[in-house]
Amino acid sequence: MSAVVAPEPEPIEPRDNYLNAAYGVRSWLLTRDHKRIALLYLVSITFFFFLGGLFALLIRLELLTPAGDLVQAETYNKLFTMHGIVMIFFFLIPSIPAVLGNFFIPMMIGAKDLAFPRLNLLSWYIYIVGASFTMWAVVHGGVDTGWTFYTPYSSLYSNTHVVATAVGIFITGFSSILTGLNFLVTIHTMRAPGLTWFRLPLFVWSHYATSLIMVLGTPVIAVTVLLVGAERVLHLGIFDPSRGGDPILFQHLFWFYSHPAVYIMVLPAMGVVSEVVTTFSRKNIFGYKFVAFASIGIAVLGFLVWGHHMFVSGQSVYAGLVFSILSFLVAIPSAVKVFNWTATMYKGSISYRTPMLYAFGFIGLFTIGGLTGLFLATLGVNVHVHDTYFVIAHFHYIMVGGAIMGYLGGIHYWWPKISGKLYPEGWARFAALVVFIGFNLTFFPQFILGYLGMPRRYHAYPPEFQVLNVLSTAGASILGVGYILPMIYLAWSMRYGRNAPPNPWGSTGLEWQTPSPPPTENFKVPPIVTEDPYIYSHEEVEIVG
Amino acid sequence: MGPTLPFFPDQASAMASRVDNLYFYLLAVSAFFSLLIALSVIFFAIRYRRRSADELPTGVEGSLKLEIAWTVIPLVIALSFFFWGARLFFAMNRPPNDALQVYVVGKQWMWKIQHADGQREINELHVPAGRAVRLTMTSEDVIHDFFVPAFRMKKDVVPGRYTMAWFTATRPGRYHLFCSQYCGTKHSTMIGWVDVMEPSAFQAWLAGGSASESLASAGAKLFQQHACNTCHRPDSLARGPNLEGLFGKQVRLSDGRTIVADEAYIRESIVNPAAKIVEGYQPIMPTFQGLIDEEGILQLTAYIKSLSKPVPGAGEVILPPNNRAAPPLQPTPKENR
Repeated sequence: MSAVVAPEPEPIEPRDNYLNAAYGVRSWLLTRDHKRIALLYLVSITFFFFLGGLFALLIRLELLTPAGDLVQAETYNKLFTMHGIVMIFFFLIPSIPAVLGNFFIPMMIGAKDLAFPRLNLLSWYIYIVGASFTMWAVVHGGVDTGWTFYTPYSSLYSNTHVVATAVGIFITGFSSILTGLNFLVTIHTMRAPGLTWFRLPLFVWSHYATSLIMVLGTPVIAVTVLLVGAERVLHLGIFDPSRGGDPILFQHLFWFYSHPAVYIMVLPAMGVVSEVVTTFSRKNIFGYKFVAFASIGIAVLGFLVWGHHMFVSGQSVYAGLVFSILSFLVAIPSAVKVFNWTATMYKGSISYRTPMLYAFGFIGLFTIGGLTGLFLATLGVNVHVHDTYFVIAHFHYIMVGGAIMGYLGGIHYWWPKISGKLYPEGWARFAALVVFIGFNLTFFPQFILGYLGMPRRYHAYPPEFQVLNVLSTAGASILGVGYILPMIYLAWSMRYGRNAPPNPWGSTGLEWQTPSPPPTENFKVPPIVTEDPYIYSHEEVEIVG
Repeated sequence: MGPTLPFFPDQASAMASRVDNLYFYLLAVSAFFSLLIALSVIFFAIRYRRRSADELPTGVEGSLKLEIAWTVIPLVIALSFFFWGARLFFAMNRPPNDALQVYVVGKQWMWKIQHADGQREINELHVPAGRAVRLTMTSEDVIHDFFVPAFRMKKDVVPGRYTMAWFTATRPGRYHLFCSQYCGTKHSTMIGWVDVMEPSAFQAWLAGGSASESLASAGAKLFQQHACNTCHRPDSLARGPNLEGLFGKQVRLSDGRTIVADEAYIRESIVNPAAKIVEGYQPIMPTFQGLIDEEGILQLTAYIKSLSKPVPGAGEVILPPNNRAAPPLQPTPKENR
């Protein structure tokens, strides 16, 4: 630094909110404020989202033509593996919980912070360390096992960086466990006076259910990837049939976590939709308790359905029957939620602001994703569509059409609170429309491809599948634009956007009853809760019976 | 050839139309509920759109009746999917007894196929139309998956065990065979064709093949070559169980369990002989893992199966097995512990 510098311009605004309470890198990297940690996560997962998206773009470009001509087979395999790993472990699983949950659970329950602020910061550092291991693997040549790491390919045959990647996922798992633990303790112990369990916003209920899965399920994936690493390094023979091991055992362990992990990704998005639909309908939620308990039902039943990933693996026919019927059962609470959101709009005052457009998109796309899940739960049909593009389409309808729509809806809904700024509404609506169109064009053709029999993870494919693949790639490029737009205008709004009022949508949520952006301690006066959530009108009418 | 835009796969097996019927039922129900939700959302969004900034609608109380309705109705429909799907799944897993036996070995990145008569093929499977074909499959390395979309048939091919699938092809033609379980670098080249032929053409193909000997006689040679017959013999010098008439029968083990001598048992007894010891015998057999490859094991299995051929359809003996056999192969049951 030079000796003489112009005096720093005084901050015009008083240092009264969490963003301007302190300046400098240290104030961010050593913060214990849940809101700042949420922003640390926001920056990190946005990086991984676009990295994973870049891999997806290359996959779609390769599939533009039947021949494997853009990249080599080995590269292609690494691309879809890294796409899956980055998107699932480093974007989707932390996405809504670690950003929006972290930011808003304390505010929604009237607390100053999470129960364990230091643990919260630690979980972000663990995430970064885990991600660094995996990124090391990417930079040094990648990994080609598929995000599913099926043995014995991953344990004996793959010549790529399986161990480094596995270590990365192992470490990141602890970040997820700590976040879940923090949420559970916070929700149990730090609710404002008067905030009983059935007055909690549904966003909090869905995060409670999510946290249960994080705490109970994640240790299993940690053990599983550890075993794969140990098998590769020490040749233990756990999954090696020539040493009496069982490769199918891996699949049981893997899916015991990875199926519930789907609910880690989608339950928080459901929580966002419950908040958005009520706010922009100015209505109480229809069937509050049913929506709340549906989250818990999904979390519990979600642990009992892992075997539906293994209907053609050679597992017993009777095991197939049990997993099939349980998979149908887990669909019911999801259906209940969809019906209740729809009914919430009945006789509402519905505004078409951007978050609501994402909620509309979520409801439609999640419905299609859920219904196609029934095809997969149906044993006789599963055999045909298993491991085809039908499955790819199905889970992208849940993960992208559901979880990412929910995430973007939530980011737009709470952006005025997070940043204190308003984004340009016209651009935001336009981007939501682009995302919706691009998404459907990308993934709907894949249902048809799947029923035609195109297997997943194919670098090259028979020419009769080309037209549908071209449509899908065209859709992906539109979808890419739809994702870049919010990046641009949200960043723009931080500098040039109009200042946001405390409660721009007129929501009843506690998090809106404090300035935008909120002060470090969230509430100047600790709130006391005197009524149920989502009460917009104190008059209620019955509609049936 | 211009671009084609197919919407529906060929139906070339007896199972295909049964799967498709269920698929159409699922499609119809899904279309109904998707439209119901989408149209309700659109209708409510328009009908109840916000007309003024300070509009405040009246709250609506929940309805237990509606909650029950939209829990129970989807549940009942889902159960209908379950039962219909389970019926098909059982049918897919129960091959008829007279099915033509074909052996499949997957390896990175090819399909090796052996017919009972000894014909061998790679990445190609010839079968007759109108006859059930049963595939017994295993892998030499990683997990593969044998998928024929036109047959709506798929099964993982797993190292260290046998999996089974079957189909009855109905229409002559050439159909895609895909590996649908990711198996490494050239996964997408592990593809081939299933040639469904008229039965007469299939007979001609069998006759004109290059097969020198049947699978069973190839197995018999291996049996000699590895000196299996030193111990597994019908006379009193036998130190291992006699294998004549063994296949498909029940076997009592030294730990008191009783199992059926199927392909998986025979395979395991070759690669891991100590896993299951027949009652009355010592665990003296060495492992042949790595000495005999998967195809060889299938040949040996075919040979051992052929030893049971003379008494096909004979009433299954419940216990003890092989009553007619010489004393060493049916030792008097002794209590071990």
